[in-house]
Amino acid sequence: MKRAILAASIGILASLALANGSEAKTLVYCSEGSPEGFNPSLYTAGTTFDASSRQIYNRLVEFERGTTKIIPALAESWDVSDDGTTYTFHLRKGVKFQTTSAFTPTRDFNADDVVFSFERQRDPNHPYHQVSGGQYEYFQSMDMPNLIKEVKKVDDHTVQFILNQPEAPFIANLGMDFASIMSAEYADQMSKAGTPDQVDLNPVGTGPFQLVAYQKDAVIRYKANPDYWAGKAAIDDLIFAITPDASVRWQKLQAGECHVMPYPNPADLDAMSKNADINLLQQEGLNVGYLAFNTEKAPYTDKRVRQALNMAVNKQAIIDVVFQGAGKAAKNPIPPTIWSYNDAVQDYPYDPAKAKALLAEAGVTSLKTNIWAMPVQRPYNPNARRMAELVQADWAKVGVEAEIVSFEWGEYLKRSKLGEHETVLLGWTGDNGDPDNFLYVLLGCEAAKDSANRARWCHKPFDDLLVAAKRTADVAERTRLYEEAQVIFKDEAPWITVAHSVVFKPVRKEVKNFKIDPFGGHVFYGVDIAE
Amino acid sequence: MFQFFLKRLAMLVPTFIGVTMIAFGLIRLIPGDPIELLSGERGIDPARHAELMKQFGFDRPLYQQYIDFFVGVLQGDLGNSIVTKKPVVAEFLTLFPATLELSLCAIIFAVVIGLPIGVIAAVRRGTAFDHTTMGFALTGYSMPIFWWGILLIMLFSTQLGVTPVSGRSDLIRFYYENPTGIMLIDAALSGQKGAFADALHHLVLPTVVLGTIPLAVIARQTRSAMLNVLGEDYVRTARAKGLSPYRIIGLHALRNALITVVTVIGLQVGVLLAGAILTETIFAWPGIGKWMVDSISRRDYPSVQGGLLMIASLVMVVNLIVDLLYGLINPRIRHAR
Repeated sequence: MKRAILAASIGILASLALANGSEAKTLVYCSEGSPEGFNPSLYTAGTTFDASSRQIYNRLVEFERGTTKIIPALAESWDVSDDGTTYTFHLRKGVKFQTTSAFTPTRDFNADDVVFSFERQRDPNHPYHQVSGGQYEYFQSMDMPNLIKEVKKVDDHTVQFILNQPEAPFIANLGMDFASIMSAEYADQMSKAGTPDQVDLNPVGTGPFQLVAYQKDAVIRYKANPDYWAGKAAIDDLIFAITPDASVRWQKLQAGECHVMPYPNPADLDAMSKNADINLLQQEGLNVGYLAFNTEKAPYTDKRVRQALNMAVNKQAIIDVVFQGAGKAAKNPIPPTIWSYNDAVQDYPYDPAKAKALLAEAGVTSLKTNIWAMPVQRPYNPNARRMAELVQADWAKVGVEAEIVSFEWGEYLKRSKLGEHETVLLGWTGDNGDPDNFLYVLLGCEAAKDSANRARWCHKPFDDLLVAAKRTADVAERTRLYEEAQVIFKDEAPWITVAHSVVFKPVRKEVKNFKIDPFGGHVFYGVDIAE
Repeated sequence: MFQFFLKRLAMLVPTFIGVTMIAFGLIRLIPGDPIELLSGERGIDPARHAELMKQFGFDRPLYQQYIDFFVGVLQGDLGNSIVTKKPVVAEFLTLFPATLELSLCAIIFAVVIGLPIGVIAAVRRGTAFDHTTMGFALTGYSMPIFWWGILLIMLFSTQLGVTPVSGRSDLIRFYYENPTGIMLIDAALSGQKGAFADALHHLVLPTVVLGTIPLAVIARQTRSAMLNVLGEDYVRTARAKGLSPYRIIGLHALRNALITVVTVIGLQVGVLLAGAILTETIFAWPGIGKWMVDSISRRDYPSVQGGLLMIASLVMVVNLIVDLLYGLINPRIRHAR
């Protein structure tokens, strides 16, 4: 079988090269790690999505490359019922699934594929639900099992999603990786052959690239899907050279052994910007790093204390030291790249004297507290320990004595979820560019009980706005509600919004039209290489 | 000899059981909940957490989990990885050939260079050659692998452009399957012109980096073993008999010194595996070292305990072979005790 795949792919590559009369265009991406697998609904890591959903598959809707804007993909258009609970998708016609050595599609993409892809995840009794471990963590964590009542095929090119309640961010959710569309026909065939897990191991999608071979921890090879519905990709071959060490990735990029690399070392950025062969692209990340006050514990129950401690922190110093300039001070809980970002909100000024006065007014004269600092580097916080030290020093100036606490990462997440902290450093990277994905997930009342709301802050007027925004599909109305929510958030100060990090992406000069993906992914359709 | 072999083999049983316990227990001593780690900042609700714990069998008492693991081991089943959901044995077998290839090259490199250096340094004791090589050996031994690797890459790959930065083959020029997992063999089998040379080319830097410490150890050990032997009466006698220096060193002294050196080489297996973790990370070499590190940081219990067990078993087998070789070379060891 492997031999056959090899022979077939070499044949195809050779014929492509001959047809063009020139050498195939190959782009090498030095990825940072191995994918967990090739079915994006089974896993949660970014490396997996890069290797699977972003090259091999499509979704009903997708994000315009380089933005958080939703555009039609396998669904050409959609309607939402007046009560906001029925979404009808009109599917694109003539979309072909990839032809591989293991599978030759006999029909085009249709509604059955959509129903299969969602029912597999939703219905525990679906024949494919248990295949490959049967864990659909993203589907679960986006609360899809409770939200989706039914996925119904209306006709071959129309699918309806019936929801239990109106949920405006639903469309954005469908643009996420777990919602990738697989082939029901392929699944049927593999199921009949007694090898259902092949669907996850040898992926078949409708996307711009198809998998040729994967050698664990070493290399992933793709070739352009010749029948791609939006037109064949500009590059013929795509190679992921798995290179875990950031300094080695940088050496490879310099040596021309790869064209694009993710996650550069901050220490190399200066050299990168000076290198004549390299374009150092940068963009603000879709993330926020914050310090949350546990609003269930005194004195953080008093909003004046939270406001005072906001004023006591010199954010600019943190940006300079911790982010080494590669970050931007945050004033809202959502990053400026998301729609409804309220730029009119005024951040607390750095004013220790006023902070001290405000603390005194709240009756806090000597406060002993803790600051939890993460043990790991995250995109929204490159060095939590250092950040905690700076906050500690700032707070000391207003008479607050803070002890820095740290745990192993899993333990840290668990204990902070249970509210054992007084103040905690954490952050969030957005999944779908919807404000709800930050505001409701991190600050809503539902999340305040042992969930992602680390401030354990449940503020009715704020929560009402978020719920109202969830229930309407009108974007203008939602924008207004979220803008208002951000004003309340700032005044109530459950967090110190610290920073949005800046994402850097060094690419070689011959790479054309590469765009930084705000979701942190790597999309190679639309990218070209100058010969 | 057969009895000696049986005795040694019998001793493996309790050792093996001990190893299963350590492999099982070690990863559980590290704090951290694999399910929490899987879900990250996103979090997971308690009901779903409990469901997953049950699915993976982590809700059972520790001793029962251990028994399950041990029974699985006896049946050749080490369970499935929590992260990739694939069988641990399959993962190990996919990655092991890369580590094996690199380790073999490194040990060959270390012996081929380290042994002659040690011999010459001993013979020319006190000369500039002796001081210089032993100085280098000490430096090589103390060199942090990570730093050494990056240094070589920067010099030979980025600046001079004579070696590839990392990886196992030129991905743009060559493409072939890996039936054996040993790149040199696969490249030769592929029949593509230049593929073998390319694979060899990619091995140079990682071999040097991984081989440096064993090289230093072998050179120093050979030197001191040779010095010991050269002081023995029989060497003096051989000299007095007017044998040529080559015969004395090559035939008499070196053969006896080799016993110590073989032990050292055997001991280097463990060192190589430890060094492989770093070397594989630097050179993006898809072996078990990198796999273990990833698995530990994700608290992938089945991968860690399975991987550790297999690595430990391997070291045990190598030790057994070294012991047996000893018995063959030196009958006194066989009859001792």
